[in-house]
Amino acid sequence: MGAYLLTRTWHSLLTIVLSSVVIFAGVRMLPGDPALAMAGEEASPERIAAVRADLGLDQALWVQYATWVQNYLHGDFGRSLRTGTPVTQLLGSTLPVTLWLAAYALLIAVVVGLALGVIAERRRGRWPEFLANGVAMVGLSVPSFWLGLLAILYLSVRLSLFPASGYVPMLENPVDAIYHLTLPALILSLAIAAAVMRQTRASMIETMGSDFVRTARAKGLGGQRVLLAYGLRNSLLVVVTIVGLQLGGLISGAVVTESIFGLPGFGKLTLNSVFTRDYPVIEAVVVIITVGYVLINLAVDVLYSVLDPRIRVAGAA
Amino acid sequence: MTTTMTTTTTAYAAPSTWWRRMRSNRTAMAGGVILGIVVLAAVLAPVLAPYGPTTTHFDAPFQRPGTIGFALGTDNLGRDTLSRMLYGARASLQVGVLSVLVATVVGVPLGLIAGSWRWADALVSRFTDVALAFPFLILAVGLAAIRGASLSNAVLALGIAHVPQMIRVVRGEALRLRTTDFVAAAVTMNASSLRVMGRHILPNALSAIIVQATIIMPSAVLGEAVLSFLGLGIQPPEASLGVMLSDAQQYLAQDAWLGVFPGALIAIICLSFNLFGDGLRDSLDPANDERTS
Repeated sequence: MGAYLLTRTWHSLLTIVLSSVVIFAGVRMLPGDPALAMAGEEASPERIAAVRADLGLDQALWVQYATWVQNYLHGDFGRSLRTGTPVTQLLGSTLPVTLWLAAYALLIAVVVGLALGVIAERRRGRWPEFLANGVAMVGLSVPSFWLGLLAILYLSVRLSLFPASGYVPMLENPVDAIYHLTLPALILSLAIAAAVMRQTRASMIETMGSDFVRTARAKGLGGQRVLLAYGLRNSLLVVVTIVGLQLGGLISGAVVTESIFGLPGFGKLTLNSVFTRDYPVIEAVVVIITVGYVLINLAVDVLYSVLDPRIRVAGAA
Repeated sequence: MTTTMTTTTTAYAAPSTWWRRMRSNRTAMAGGVILGIVVLAAVLAPVLAPYGPTTTHFDAPFQRPGTIGFALGTDNLGRDTLSRMLYGARASLQVGVLSVLVATVVGVPLGLIAGSWRWADALVSRFTDVALAFPFLILAVGLAAIRGASLSNAVLALGIAHVPQMIRVVRGEALRLRTTDFVAAAVTMNASSLRVMGRHILPNALSAIIVQATIIMPSAVLGEAVLSFLGLGIQPPEASLGVMLSDAQQYLAQDAWLGVFPGALIAIICLSFNLFGDGLRDSLDPANDERTS
């Protein structure tokens, strides 16, 4: 177990370092000279040179990279070019919105996906399976932002069932917050629920047909017990993996969902930073997402090795 | 190809077998037929479309579907929805095909290399890890910031985002095929690594690559719609299904049809691809041997 975790952590660290190089190089490739932008178009060459030295842009690239990494490690993400607000402050106000939305969507996706997957396996070859398969197929094929637009039009504007936009902080008024987040979370959860359902079904079919399930049945265990203790426990492993794999999709989905529902979240910040060419913000957003992705997948792998003893053994050997 | 198909170790079904299975799979065939119609309509868009994709009729904005001359109505600038959708489908499929091409051209060689040499495997794995840490939307955001938003930007972002999956599939196939007798025989006969890769491993990994391509395609079509909707892909006034939805967003309460048609077409394209791809995967999968034949 120790050896496995060590290799896994080392690889994650390496990925973060390599990604940071990619991001740093990418930002250097952006059009426009930051020194020129700060000093103004009419500034004298001396003034521009002074600003360049001030920003550290006259130093060797690796020195600039080292300074950049050092600043990030100290929590200094720079300031927005547009408003002058520290980027950390922008992140602090937008990240909670997205984290609540993502957590809510994941909860819906896992519950609905697992339930549909189990139903599809239990009723193989009959209408519940076809229905569950159909729902999953539609969930994978229909663009969620389109469904979001239609949901706003029909459920919010015409029927007034849900608010069309707006956000209430979770800690201020949880009931109202959940009410505002329900429709966006449902839309965001769709594709993930479909993926969870398909994998759960496949894994249940495999597990329920395996020798150890037959042995369990032979020694007289009831259907419910076998389903829960054997089938579902093995399917949970799959769900954990799917959640890790779907994380990228979840982030992309959050950007679109927030844009449609006008939620003041991290995704909205990402999009705005691109359209206003606010480079320090873009940089910070990409760093947060890549580092977050790597760390969460590391956590998933650790969780996986806790749930599945075989991985621990294989890693130690 | 024929000689390798007769070996007992071939994991994927022979052409005659999979076609027989495919034909008996009604949903997959339905997906294929719908797909064929959409592709045909998209390719023939310049012939079929009554108007150009950006032709405006300022005297006829917000026409209802079924209006004479405008079968699916017009938008706020009086542009014909049907014509724009035909050209939009063309753009969607174009981005889809090009993205698959990028993913294949980059992913297949890397997968082959990773599956052939141990030292390269570690290197490629680290590359895959890094590529996976950038979700396609973030890639597109970064590329749009560097190069500006465009169709090629969308293709690049979607292509790169799907490279890791392609590498994994090809690597897995290469590792499996290396243990087969015919590869061992080729190695014994002093075939070079490149020859083994090109003549023995690649042809046998083709089925897996095709299946993977059918998985990437709908995902890229959906991705293009998302990027264009957000303004990171194809730029207005050019027609794309995502651009049409983005344009329709502010007029939805006034004219819901503007939003219904383009979204439905994206859904139809992706659904038919997924149905066809699922069927293809099942029919090529050796695990289905006893079940269907």
